[in-house]
Amino acid sequence: MLCTYLTVQIAVFDLGRLNTVAALVIAVFKATLVVLFFMHVKYSSRLTWAAVLGSIFWLGILLVLTMGDYLTRGWRTYG
Amino acid sequence: MLPEAAHHPHNPALAHQFDSLEQQTEAATLGMWVFLVTEVLFFGGLFATYAIYRAWYPTAFAAASHELDVTLGTINTVVLITSSLTMALAVHAAQLAQRKLVLLFLAGTMILGAVFLGIKGVEYYHKFVEHHVPGPGFQFEREYFRHAQLFFSLYFLMTGLHALHMVIGIGIMLVMFWWAWRGTITAEYYSPIEISGLYWHFVDIVWIFLFPLLYLIGRHGP
Repeated sequence: MLCTYLTVQIAVFDLGRLNTVAALVIAVFKATLVVLFFMHVKYSSRLTWAAVLGSIFWLGILLVLTMGDYLTRGWRTYG
Repeated sequence: MLPEAAHHPHNPALAHQFDSLEQQTEAATLGMWVFLVTEVLFFGGLFATYAIYRAWYPTAFAAASHELDVTLGTINTVVLITSSLTMALAVHAAQLAQRKLVLLFLAGTMILGAVFLGIKGVEYYHKFVEHHVPGPGFQFEREYFRHAQLFFSLYFLMTGLHALHMVIGIGIMLVMFWWAWRGTITAEYYSPIEISGLYWHFVDIVWIFLFPLLYLIGRHGP
């Protein structure tokens, strides 16, 4: 729980290069802590685990396939 | 009357369709999780939209993000994570049937939620004053004018939807407070608090991703 406070502090000061990647890694870490401990998933039934992993899986499909399309449209100029 | 019902006076909190309180709790928890899966994909669509436009217009998004107040955003992140902590403590207290602590922590959660919405309101007010609300009154550097509007449209849509979830969450907490107050919540029957907590933590997680994506991009450059 204290760890969550720390990551907020890091997120604020970590403003160098690659900070999108760093910010997302920290966000995922924080979210994982919340899911495992605050939401008690660590101590939950396998059915709950299936629901959690299912949501991550479908979200992954949504984001990966969408971005896989948009980011590989080489003829489009970015910026 | 069925002989079973006559022989086993069951817990008044146990609904007829369940064999046991454990089964009832598990069903309620799974139900909330399935709802949260739909919520993940609901917000996921917006995050995907954000990702596409950010990939297309990175400089405009960085410039627009620069206009957001990182200090207020950070304070709100801390406030919301703390409210998740008090929520987790409320669930813990409910499991141990410590009624007063449940009431205390639920009140704390609601107050922190209200503080979050208050700070969000102040931020929205600043955006209106600065003409950063998309529409006829929008003002921004000429170069990024159109694409910055995209950023602020997404900003208001995503944070607005998140704030709506917070309002609903506070409403749920009010009901939980009332239930805990009148003694509906017991050590055997605390699942209403538990699954309300799941919802609250989910809303917290959405913010955990919104904050860096909206507030912290482009902080390292002009």
